[in-house]
Amino acid sequence: MSDGTPTKKAPYVVPIGPIHPALKEPVQFLFEMEGEVVKKADFAPGQTHRGIEWMGMHRNPVQIVHLTDRICGICGVTHSLAFARAVEQIVDIEVPARADYIRVIIAELERIQSHLLWAGVAAHELGFDTLFYLAWRVREESMDVIEYITGNRINYGLVQVGGVRRDIVPDQHPTIKKCLDGYRDLLGKMLNLFLNDTTISIRCKDTGLLTFEKALELSCVGPTARASGVVKDVRVDYPYSAYGDLDISPILPSAYGGGINGDVYDRIVVRLLEVAQSVEIIETCLKEMPDGPILWESKLPKLLSACKKAHGEAVGRHEAPRGECLHYVAMDGHEAPAMWKVKASSYSNLHSWIPMLEGEQLADVPIIVASIDPCLSCTDRVAVLRGVKRDLMTKEDLHRLSVEKTRRIQGC
Amino acid sequence: MNETILTPQELIDRFTRTFGDLVSDPRIQIRAEGAKKNPNTNIWMTITRDILKPAISMLKEISYPHLSVISGWDVGEELRMQYIFSIYFGERHGEYMVIFTVPLTKGDLVLPTITDIMPGALFTEREKQEMFGVTITDIPDGRRLFLPEDFPEGVYPLRKDETGIPDTMVKHLWEVGRPTNRPVPPVTEKEEEPKDDPEEKTVKNKENPSPEAEAKTDE
Repeated sequence: MSDGTPTKKAPYVVPIGPIHPALKEPVQFLFEMEGEVVKKADFAPGQTHRGIEWMGMHRNPVQIVHLTDRICGICGVTHSLAFARAVEQIVDIEVPARADYIRVIIAELERIQSHLLWAGVAAHELGFDTLFYLAWRVREESMDVIEYITGNRINYGLVQVGGVRRDIVPDQHPTIKKCLDGYRDLLGKMLNLFLNDTTISIRCKDTGLLTFEKALELSCVGPTARASGVVKDVRVDYPYSAYGDLDISPILPSAYGGGINGDVYDRIVVRLLEVAQSVEIIETCLKEMPDGPILWESKLPKLLSACKKAHGEAVGRHEAPRGECLHYVAMDGHEAPAMWKVKASSYSNLHSWIPMLEGEQLADVPIIVASIDPCLSCTDRVAVLRGVKRDLMTKEDLHRLSVEKTRRIQGC
Repeated sequence: MNETILTPQELIDRFTRTFGDLVSDPRIQIRAEGAKKNPNTNIWMTITRDILKPAISMLKEISYPHLSVISGWDVGEELRMQYIFSIYFGERHGEYMVIFTVPLTKGDLVLPTITDIMPGALFTEREKQEMFGVTITDIPDGRRLFLPEDFPEGVYPLRKDETGIPDTMVKHLWEVGRPTNRPVPPVTEKEEEPKDDPEEKTVKNKENPSPEAEAKTDE
């Protein structure tokens, strides 16, 4: 990469973002450059803060479950599952086993669509747009199945405190199975296209390195950590929902035959192989799903009054497509939780950008940034208000215009 | 990871033996889910600020921990900070969550940085400074993380006392008034003709058509 030629010029600073074509979500980067080489990297998240934790502390758990769907556009079930699990521990709710299986099925479908979305973005960042179109076209099939099960493409609204809101009936199995078979047939092609392509290999191998030690020290999670050889997968390590019943093991890049380098290429390997793993998990769950109810309590007032009486604190975790997602909830006998802390997966992974980016070329920044599959809306949650853009419109003005427009459309 | 794996009780015993009274309220929370009810383990311990770093170092000796996040809970007279770790990951069904609660009195909101032991803690320590007003001593990078530059000083969004978000900073959606000075939408003229048909149809179905029909055309 860098040939180490000393330059006479002092390092100059290149800002990228908050809004930039190479970034899919707003985040600001500052690079101190020496020639084409990044000497020092820094970034400022917080550009999409919405104050969701603060909002949650003024709402009851059932309202929050639906709010959690909206933390992230891609992880529609991750946050609601983690939050529901935390509340269930405090209130001491036993989730029916069937609901646990449905939760796992939808979480794995989400992993498939998220990893394929990422694969498309990665191909696009490398300028391989045919592959980007292919990945996003096949992703639609999982989106269709998600819609078929939950009624929505995003914001599924499936998880409820104490279970799930919709059942998966045997009549639905053929459609789901057809989709899964499609992915199984496709996987070989995807692996071949991504991993045996010369351009992708040249651009991704030894790019954006994250060593095992760094990944461990920085507490990285998910495919980013696993690509660096950290054996860590909440689904395997910490039995929850129906994952405890399954015989699965974490996927490391060595599963594809190579060594573990912790580069962008390894992250592609891990994610693609996880799609295959998810297909297997869904099939097993469909087969072994026990009969029974899907909700602990279907009457919301009863559920809410149980939540209102509860005291205590708990953590709910889930292995999201990007890694561990953790919700800490404390309840003190009021309708709204006393404290709610959301730790999204990217929160743990953003740090790893700095060791990955330093010493790389500016042109490799987009693929390295994308390689951890950053989800900034997940991470940025907490700002309560923002004055933004001193000389342009204030957010209040924009918001007012937006509300007015909604009203005009509704004609009221 | 390590050669011997401690049971949750052994782990707590090791902490209480080393730190004595400074560790209080240890509890093991076990949760079993799924059809096979395989249990997962959460270990909670309340520790004082002085032994925070020794406790984390000790955890590191047992097994390299993963720091999920530092959380906080404003309970009124004190602030409880939760250091949420997990150890023994990589062992199938063997991971424990270890959660240290560090209570801080409101007059003395100071914590030592743990970034020298766990470099990944920087992010969450920066967040705790801006969200709870806790001072992290020797933090290598004390800038704000999520809050914008022009966010007022001395306001800590996740606090529940007078330093929390004041009501003046909250924008209520329902307080946004209806627009008064907007131009009339250009669709009004179109509305008259198509509106007649459905109105007549609904009117016919009803029992006393005439007064309602008149009222509606007046509108």
